[in-house]
Amino acid sequence: MKYNVNSSGFYGDFGGAYIPEMLFSNIDELNKNYLSIVEEDSFKKEFNYYLKKYVGRPTPLYYANRLSEKYGSKIYLKREDLCHTGAHKINNTIGQILLAKELKKTKIIAETGAGQHGVATATVCALMGMECVIYMGEIDIERQRPNVERMRILGADVRPATSGSKTLKDATNEAMRHWINNPDDTHYIIGSVVGPHPYPDMVARFQSVISEELLVQLNKVEGRDYPDFIIACVGGGSNAAGIFYHYLDNSKVKLVGVEAAGLGISTNKSAATTKLGKKGVLHGSKTLLMQDENGQVTEPYSISAGLDYPGIGPLHAHLSDSNRGIYISVEDDEAMNAGIELSRLEGIIPAIETAHAFSVFDKIDMKNKVVVINLSGRGDKDLETYIKWGKY
Amino acid sequence: MNRINKLFKEKTDNILSIYFTAGYPSLNDTEKIIKTLDECGVDLIEIGMPFSDPIADGPVIQDSSNIAIDNGMNLNVLFNQLYGIRKITNIPIVLMGYINPVYQFGYEKFINRMMECDLDGLILPDLPLDDYKSNFKSIFDKENLSFISLITPNTSNDRIKKIDENSNGFIYMVSSSSITGKKSTFSRDQIQYFNRINNLNLKNPKLIGFGISDKLSFENACDYANGAIIGTSFIKNLSNINIKDSIKNFIANIRSL
Repeated sequence: MKYNVNSSGFYGDFGGAYIPEMLFSNIDELNKNYLSIVEEDSFKKEFNYYLKKYVGRPTPLYYANRLSEKYGSKIYLKREDLCHTGAHKINNTIGQILLAKELKKTKIIAETGAGQHGVATATVCALMGMECVIYMGEIDIERQRPNVERMRILGADVRPATSGSKTLKDATNEAMRHWINNPDDTHYIIGSVVGPHPYPDMVARFQSVISEELLVQLNKVEGRDYPDFIIACVGGGSNAAGIFYHYLDNSKVKLVGVEAAGLGISTNKSAATTKLGKKGVLHGSKTLLMQDENGQVTEPYSISAGLDYPGIGPLHAHLSDSNRGIYISVEDDEAMNAGIELSRLEGIIPAIETAHAFSVFDKIDMKNKVVVINLSGRGDKDLETYIKWGKY
Repeated sequence: MNRINKLFKEKTDNILSIYFTAGYPSLNDTEKIIKTLDECGVDLIEIGMPFSDPIADGPVIQDSSNIAIDNGMNLNVLFNQLYGIRKITNIPIVLMGYINPVYQFGYEKFINRMMECDLDGLILPDLPLDDYKSNFKSIFDKENLSFISLITPNTSNDRIKKIDENSNGFIYMVSSSSITGKKSTFSRDQIQYFNRINNLNLKNPKLIGFGISDKLSFENACDYANGAIIGTSFIKNLSNINIKDSIKNFIANIRSL
């Protein structure tokens, strides 16, 4: 377990729990209980039941024939876009709400950027009959109206984060403040592999169902349980963590994370954290962080609202720092073109976050290799952005 | 003995500590605010080092932090402003903020500049105890600087004892499970919590902070600790037009008989 979390909550130099005392008891409660709970047979059984019957797992591993032909590789798509609610996010929210129930919590809070995690959280709260408050940046609320209404239809109370830059990082700040003010009855469902330990590990474990299925599915079609390359987009990095998970220590597999370069990494309008970030502390974890020379967190940009987080999960910071992972960044236009290409070649309109993972063919030589791309989400929510972009 | 230890040795009750955000309302108000607070008889000053994402603070302190950052405040500017502050005041001064700006500045450089300015203590709420021990403790002990930690109603007795052992100066008792700037009159639960802490016989004196906003809540807090800290309501009352008078009136109100 060289690349996974150690017993003190660190991935190499990254991770840990940098939290004010007001959050200590909440985090401590999780830390003391999460492993024993998620490893209980009864928990696993219930988790798997919902993943199968409600989410629709296992998701298919689909051989992308025309895409493979075009690029001369054997390209498989892990179809997380076919999960209920349209993305991998729900794997984690199912896991965490079951954990919250075990901890006797009655209320759920979450942050959301583009709204996908918010929808996945509102969905499981409706499923389990729990109160749900979602914090979302005021600007994101304007940009992502349909998801706001989806959450409201599902019964969630969507509260605007009006502080700071009014986007995902501020929604996360507000959710943490809510949790500080309500430490006893509330569980905070963080949506990515970020935040103080044990969140990055907890979320990665719930998402690791993706690579667990991949081992079996690949073995059936390729006669070996590992590919040469695994490719996933990375904002905070939960879908990438999920599909990398069982391959972290298998050095035969090249792990590729694709970040959003926005308008370009030298333009000031970018979200390529491994390129532009320095070691720092945000939202309880030491990681790579986009910040100015005074340690103030800067606002990232990407055409995809799900990738514009100024940090990155500590697992990915470690994979990047140790060169275990290959982290590349692609610009808005490259990602959009890749999204259109996937639509035309395979009949799948991907989420714009996901489209970033499909723009790597001219950046990495993968000829004749077995390649698995995590198709983390579908593009329904992004139609307006596709239309505005317009070049199709 | 540093100024904080000396303060608590000479005065055991009704200690008033004021928090303000450096660089707010204007970049160069720092010296003026410190001097006025000293003249008003405040006992201790906490200078907030602004951070873009202050998760333990409410909207008032966050807004003041954003304005301060926009005004151009950063640690280098702050230390330049505080260099020579001992020529005008002998009041104990504590820096308070979040770890990231300090981490970027460099721990060693930060401590050196603190000593150069002859400051007395540091509060970094999101710095874990283990990080404090490995990066700060030996030099803080050697140079007699105070490291001040927070405790809350949810902090266990065992943990409080550990925090007390590793702190010096005073213990910052967060009055309730809340971020800064929440109104409160003390509930039965809070009073129980204060009494629980007082029965632990900690080596450090205690100040109550969060939710202390006026004369009444200050005096209530002083019944259960050596004194109290006021931040949010002080910042709210700072006037851009006549900053000195706004400070004088605010403190006079708290201290009025």
